[in-house]
Amino acid sequence: MSGLANFSSEFLDVCVSISLAILTVSFVLIVLRIVKGPTLPDRVVALDMLVAVGIGFIAAIGVQTDYYLYVDIAIALGLVGFLATVAFARFVLNRGLAKDPTIVDEIREVQARTAQEEGGR
Amino acid sequence: MTPIYEIAVGIVLVVGSIFSLIATIGLLRLKDVYMRMHAGSKAGTLGSGLMLIALAVHAGQVDVLTRALAGVVFFLLTAPVAAHLLAKAAYQAGYKPCADTHIDEMADEAS
Repeated sequence: MSGLANFSSEFLDVCVSISLAILTVSFVLIVLRIVKGPTLPDRVVALDMLVAVGIGFIAAIGVQTDYYLYVDIAIALGLVGFLATVAFARFVLNRGLAKDPTIVDEIREVQARTAQEEGGR
Repeated sequence: MTPIYEIAVGIVLVVGSIFSLIATIGLLRLKDVYMRMHAGSKAGTLGSGLMLIALAVHAGQVDVLTRALAGVVFFLLTAPVAAHLLAKAAYQAGYKPCADTHIDEMADEAS
């Protein structure tokens, strides 16, 4: 029985390491999308996803360290992420309806790219 | 903590992080804001929710379990709301879907 217990605790350690590695890769890729992201809504979506990956990190580290107060931190982070996304959505809507020059330029770029794709077909 | 629980926690952790990775790949490869939102908000929420459930099972205490379940329910409720709000804001601000989107039922109302 102790053989199985040894195996399972080692298996859990390896699994935590693997999931931390996978989350790190996806974190870097999301930052890439935030840097690249052609429009403002793209960056907001990527930021929302960054919060989700951060919650994943917190859960994995909570399993690794046996420190369960991390659940509260994850809930608080989710609340902040939701509020940030809602605020950004209102911001995009207000600036778009007010014809803010930055937003108008982005929309023109997107329309030009769409027209180019349709023309290339 | 019995060995079976530890193995289950490890598997759920890895599955959750793989869901997050798939959402990220969708975020990188899809073509416009609306498609990226579709990848990120669904698979991303599922990934972080699975990892929180793994943490709760690992703890094996009732208070941690209820808090983690409350967190998962909260994420499942807020992710669609946030994504829908952002999509509607982006559409009304004037961001057009890409050329692969053939059906646009709001095209008459917007412009």
